[in-house]
Amino acid sequence: MSYKTLLFMPGNNPGMLQSSDILGADGIIIDLEDAVAITEKDAARILVCEYLNTFDTTQSDIFVRVNPLDTPFFYDDLDAIKTLNITGVVLPKASVESMEALDKYLTENNLDFKVIGLVETALGLEMAMDILSRSKKVIGVLLGAEDLTLDLGAKRTKESEEIAYARSRIIAVSKALQIEAIDTPWTDTDDYEGLKIDTLNAKDLGMTGKALISPRHVDIVNSIFAPSEQEVNHALRVVEGVKAANEKGLGAFSLDGKMVDAPIIKRALNLLKMSGDYKEEYDGLLK
Amino acid sequence: MHATKIIKMAKAGSVESNDILIMMSPGEGSIDMEVESVVFNQYGDDIKKIILDTLNEEGVTDAKVIVKDKGALDFTIKARVKACVRRGSEQDEL
Repeated sequence: MSYKTLLFMPGNNPGMLQSSDILGADGIIIDLEDAVAITEKDAARILVCEYLNTFDTTQSDIFVRVNPLDTPFFYDDLDAIKTLNITGVVLPKASVESMEALDKYLTENNLDFKVIGLVETALGLEMAMDILSRSKKVIGVLLGAEDLTLDLGAKRTKESEEIAYARSRIIAVSKALQIEAIDTPWTDTDDYEGLKIDTLNAKDLGMTGKALISPRHVDIVNSIFAPSEQEVNHALRVVEGVKAANEKGLGAFSLDGKMVDAPIIKRALNLLKMSGDYKEEYDGLLK
Repeated sequence: MHATKIIKMAKAGSVESNDILIMMSPGEGSIDMEVESVVFNQYGDDIKKIILDTLNEEGVTDAKVIVKDKGALDFTIKARVKACVRRGSEQDEL
């Protein structure tokens, strides 16, 4: 599954929780951290459990953002969600220590949850490769630009030049580890033009999806990250060409007059993963 | 079934749309409940039943309960009652 859109939902807001599954996001991140007041952490945990035990969420994968390891809530959150039918956990302020602690907890409890590491500190950014390598359950990295720029002492702007390095570093690490690179949310809920520009910039750099804080951003971001029909058709032709070339024992071949080699094949496979057209039989095509 | 004693005043939830505010305090030998709801005429009895069933599940048989409902669904009512019971039955830390 490739997550073009991951929509944050406050864990203590019943109205938003009960509508979260119909908003069109590929994934929902139910938030027990920043969106929940310290005095309401207990109530939010109970509400999230009741919601997920009552509703059969089928349209979106469900992740839960727990509180960081250095708070008293980290293990209470994990204990609360461990019996729920969710896809995974978002780990805030990801560090070597917190990733190892989360992996140990999930392993000891035989939990098949996926993990998305949230990189939002200067140290986390510089150590991202090490941190995200600490668990085989990691399927993605999410850039948290608001906290990161706070940590960096940088001014957060709509142009986002201050996070250009962070974006590129996160993308490079994600490609090296073959995990998803999820961009930071666009925080101006009413500026749709700004959202489009920001999302296109992130996509062009190599981000595979974007986190969102407003349901109104879902359709725009989905459409930007979704491959066009033309791109999907071209990718399918590349894959068919590879299969035919492999049968003939050829290393490279040409399509529409252009040579198709490993990078082109890899791009086609990535695109098919993003469009949902990827099949298991394609797994061995890049040997 | 375990018994849970409400030993202090507690509240959980809010008066935001789709939520419900539950306030609880030690009772006088039974469950005494007052419900105010924007949908009382249509769902008042259902709301009371969910609250009583949840209190029963939590082992609470003695409490005064005041409810202000803003159109909460069943899962929210249950969650807020459970949170309120846990808060009302915990000893304060010294």
